Amino acid sequence: MDATLRKRLIGIFSDGFLVLYFLFALFPIVWMVLVSLKSTDELFTTQFIFTPTLDNYQAILFGDARASAGVIARQEFPRNFMNSFIVSSGAVIVSLLVGVPAAYALARYNFKGKENLAFTFLSFRFAPELVVIIPLSLIYRQLGLYDSYFGIIWVYQLVTLPLLIWVLRSYFEDISPDIEQAAMIDGYPWHRIFIQILLPLVRPGLAAAALLAFVFAWNNFIFPLVLGASNVQTVTVSALGYISSAQAFFNRMAAAAVISSLPQMLLALSIQRYLIRGLSFGAVKG
Amino acid sequence: MATRDISAPDLAAIPESEIVRPPLMVRLRPYLIALPALLVLIGILYPFVMGVAYSLTPYAFTRPNTDFVGLRNYMRMVEDSDFWYSTFVTLAYAFSATGVQLALGLTVAMLLNRESRVAKILQVTLIFPMMIAPVIATLIWKMMMQPSVGILNPMLNSIGLPSLEWAAVPETALFSVVLIDVWMFTPFAALIMLAGLRSFPQGPFEAARVDGASFWFTFRNLTLPMLTPFILIVIIFRFMDSLKMFDIIFAMTEGGPGNTLMTYQLTAYRTSIQFQRLAQGLPYAIVLYIVIYFVSQWLVKWWGQAQRRAAGYS
Repeated sequence: MDATLRKRLIGIFSDGFLVLYFLFALFPIVWMVLVSLKSTDELFTTQFIFTPTLDNYQAILFGDARASAGVIARQEFPRNFMNSFIVSSGAVIVSLLVGVPAAYALARYNFKGKENLAFTFLSFRFAPELVVIIPLSLIYRQLGLYDSYFGIIWVYQLVTLPLLIWVLRSYFEDISPDIEQAAMIDGYPWHRIFIQILLPLVRPGLAAAALLAFVFAWNNFIFPLVLGASNVQTVTVSALGYISSAQAFFNRMAAAAVISSLPQMLLALSIQRYLIRGLSFGAVKG
Repeated sequence: MATRDISAPDLAAIPESEIVRPPLMVRLRPYLIALPALLVLIGILYPFVMGVAYSLTPYAFTRPNTDFVGLRNYMRMVEDSDFWYSTFVTLAYAFSATGVQLALGLTVAMLLNRESRVAKILQVTLIFPMMIAPVIATLIWKMMMQPSVGILNPMLNSIGLPSLEWAAVPETALFSVVLIDVWMFTPFAALIMLAGLRSFPQGPFEAARVDGASFWFTFRNLTLPMLTPFILIVIIFRFMDSLKMFDIIFAMTEGGPGNTLMTYQLTAYRTSIQFQRLAQGLPYAIVLYIVIYFVSQWLVKWWGQAQRRAAGYS
């Protein structure tokens, strides 16, 4: 009797701690959604109970209705959103094109300098970004790549390429080489084996890794901050503008934050099974 | 993770006289397959090398001078009294953020690794904080800490605690940004360690239970040693990332108030980009790079050993 009572108490205490932690983890997200639904008047006078309005969403997507009354219209959001989309998907596409074959080579061939090569790619992930982008800010100006889509997509390879190479390498290594050897004995050339046999086998992992790379590219801030200006301004850089101006638009900022982060949270839910391997660059199979 | 080479036949099975080197094209194949990635690699390494070269000149955007001046920028950095403070803040941020994430992440992982309906429901939402852009999440926290629209001070007051000035004053600035880092990345620590806990074989734990071992005994002698590789993965990612954390600090105070949060990355950004003295800020980024390079090499090696040792338990 005593033991079961103790066990139940421990269970209640444990669940209680978990609930507390998740309140801490989820509250800012809930608050973000709440503030995005507040009118500017109620922003300062209310906490949890207010009359919800979609004005902020309308303002950031279609321009401020009060623009004529002297309030600065901020409707760059759709453009910033498009910019984020273009550079993030561009970066993932480039990384897929160059990274998938590289991951295959690293997983299946023994060649000189292999591990050094793999670790050089990995070191991009851990290097302080400024060590590359301070000189790049000069080189880009000389080459005319400053504030261009190509320039940002190129430098985003620091984020997306190591992730794809390492995660995919671990997926390729999971596949038994026997399948390939059988196909090889049957006279299939290596590129047909790669495209017709291997790629379909790693497809779920590949899709998950690409989506995760997209999220990381989307969330990046320092690259477009240093190497971009008005042309390629992404949502992460423009978000600062809502509250650094003389008049702080907290509710507008919250609406922009909701639109730019909720899709990723839903995306992440859909790849949850593959998430741990992706986040740990293939180190933890999950 | 042994790689079986499919391009070469199994040499042990063939008499030595019959071994023929594969033709050149076959031997070059892996390099050719990886060639596009190698080109990208060169495109990234080139600016890095240029950066090291520029750090040995007095180059500034306003005065493009490329005379070789040796280590003068580095000497100046070390002689600057702010350098040692910057070292302190960089390390203080990284150690406190990683430390709290490890402790809290392990607790959450162990609590989630139980038969509990509450745990099952909550686990689904665990990933949310780390999917939001760090900058945007920081702005949300900044809003919650803000004196007029903020919600954190009213919440503190409602349980009888005094209001805080958060990142606006030096005393609590570091605490405020570390709090955001902890909020954002504890889920990562918890997820990795939860995956570790779930991968354990049940045998040793059942044996311990049958022998009537206490919770702490099992934890110290079974859970922790087996979890070491996973703990190291968390440390590798979180410690390296928090050494170079830029987004949270920049969005919160741009390094302020005063120079309270001027870590290496923030100093490098302010000097090279904001003040346009390109060469003068580079040593901060390069020294940080060297530190991160060696520490991560060491941690990865340690991880390899820990993995082999942990395999001995199962």
